[in-house]
Amino acid sequence: MSVLLSVDQVTKRFGGLAALEDVSLTVEAGEIYGLIGPNGAGKTTLFNCMTGLYTVTSGAVRLAGAEVQALKPHQIVKRGFARTFQNIRLFANMSALENVMVGRHPRTHATVLGAVLRCRKTRAEEAGIREHAHELLRYVGLGGKSRGLASHLSYGDQRRLEIARALATEPKLLALDEPVAGMNPNERQQMGELFRKLREGGVTLLLIEHDVKLVMGLCDRVAVLDYGRKIAEGPAEEVRRDPAVIAAYLGGEA
Amino acid sequence: MDIFLQQLVNGLVLGSIYALVALGYTMVYGILELINFAHGEVTMIGAMVALSVIGVLMGAAPDLPGVMVVLAGILVAIPACMALAFGIEKIAYRPLRKAPRLAPLITAIGVSIILQNLAMLIWGRQYVSFPPLLPTIRFEFLGAHISLLQIAIVVLAVTIMAGLWLLVEKSRLGRAMRATAQSKEVAQLMGVNVDRVISATFIIGAAIAAIAGVMVSAYYGLAHYYMGFMLGLKAFSAAVLGGIGNIAGAMLGGLLLGVIEALGAGYIGDITGGFLGSHYQDVFAFFVLILVLVFRPSGLLGERVANRA
Repeated sequence: MSVLLSVDQVTKRFGGLAALEDVSLTVEAGEIYGLIGPNGAGKTTLFNCMTGLYTVTSGAVRLAGAEVQALKPHQIVKRGFARTFQNIRLFANMSALENVMVGRHPRTHATVLGAVLRCRKTRAEEAGIREHAHELLRYVGLGGKSRGLASHLSYGDQRRLEIARALATEPKLLALDEPVAGMNPNERQQMGELFRKLREGGVTLLLIEHDVKLVMGLCDRVAVLDYGRKIAEGPAEEVRRDPAVIAAYLGGEA
Repeated sequence: MDIFLQQLVNGLVLGSIYALVALGYTMVYGILELINFAHGEVTMIGAMVALSVIGVLMGAAPDLPGVMVVLAGILVAIPACMALAFGIEKIAYRPLRKAPRLAPLITAIGVSIILQNLAMLIWGRQYVSFPPLLPTIRFEFLGAHISLLQIAIVVLAVTIMAGLWLLVEKSRLGRAMRATAQSKEVAQLMGVNVDRVISATFIIGAAIAAIAGVMVSAYYGLAHYYMGFMLGLKAFSAAVLGGIGNIAGAMLGGLLLGVIEALGAGYIGDITGGFLGSHYQDVFAFFVLILVLVFRPSGLLGERVANRA
């Protein structure tokens, strides 16, 4: 297996506060990789550093071997790294379909001129975007809900829509920030099935999750963050028995 | 009744010009929450550039039909204004993207003053008259006079608005603009180059402003380095009336403001028994602005502020 994402000694400081301290991890192509840790451990901060929202204080993030930590978010997306958000952040005033269509942006090219003149190439591309977006909505199980406003969807459907939107960018690596938070066990199981289907489709998954049961059942490997440091990494079963991890979750001394 | 219909026609013509300029304010506000006070000056520069081109062409090729000369003026003014707006955003606003909102606002006023003075240096302090190139055909309709120019202005303005609507609602760039307006952060993470979208927004607004500038100077028959100030303020009022940030609102607000102004100017003499004359017409735009700000700050079509978060 080849390394798809490597985080190399990344540190992120906000003023005097170190949100991430010397964190390294590698995600291999084709795996489902879990990132767990107590609240405030720095998981979302790490996501933001990897996707270009934050500039790292020091360290490197490599995607398929190339450094991306100095790139802008839209450039990183174009290289095949998409994400969803912990607190759902859809374009609320757009339809579900349009949300996904926005995700097609990095894979399409129409210019202003083409749009104004409505030339054939632009219209064909637009039709392609629409068709692809419909397909993705069906793929995540929102086939009949393309027309309604994103904000009118149920909570679980909004999470699915975020995934469809991220998939529209054609990611090699998809980072999901607490994708089953607030879902009932039934919905969680359905989402787990969706993740497996995604992996079979060739997408590597990086998962932040609190649901330890889901993580352990789904992830090939897991890393644990606590107070901005990586305290464990390895196969799920091993990590679960790691005393440092147990201490971090139960709040005892390591 | 004659006066009413006549002023209604005049108001709709003026209003469609206001609407075009208002679109520039509202598009930029929708994306950056910045009131680009330099936009009125961009409109003025559009008129001035077009008039210069028209002047040169009339000297160089006196046989050219008048409509062609004016068209050539517009076609030069559009890219000139687009380049100007691109430069303004890049130099004056982009470095302040993360500054408190007051900073770019004051910068916008500064840019507006700089452009006024530059225009004064280039084109002088005197009024520049719009040469009588366009046919002066007039129609009579139920007692109101309608000129061909008025019809042309309204038709062109409506066409531009329809085109912009299609662009924003149905194109890839339009989707990116709407996504950026809702959240720059999320739009970036969906692969949208936000800087480019912002530049495009300024450029499109400026292209429309250039056309509006030529319309105004053709309609009133003159242009002046100071004309952008009042025009800009009124277009801004129109954008606020319609709900700033809302494109359909800018269109509606512009038309309404034009009609209110024209009807106000037409009847103010009668209402005040001759005490106030039609030269008070400028008062109405700002009277409307105050009323809107007091009673419906979000404008006619605007969302309530609480929903914007």
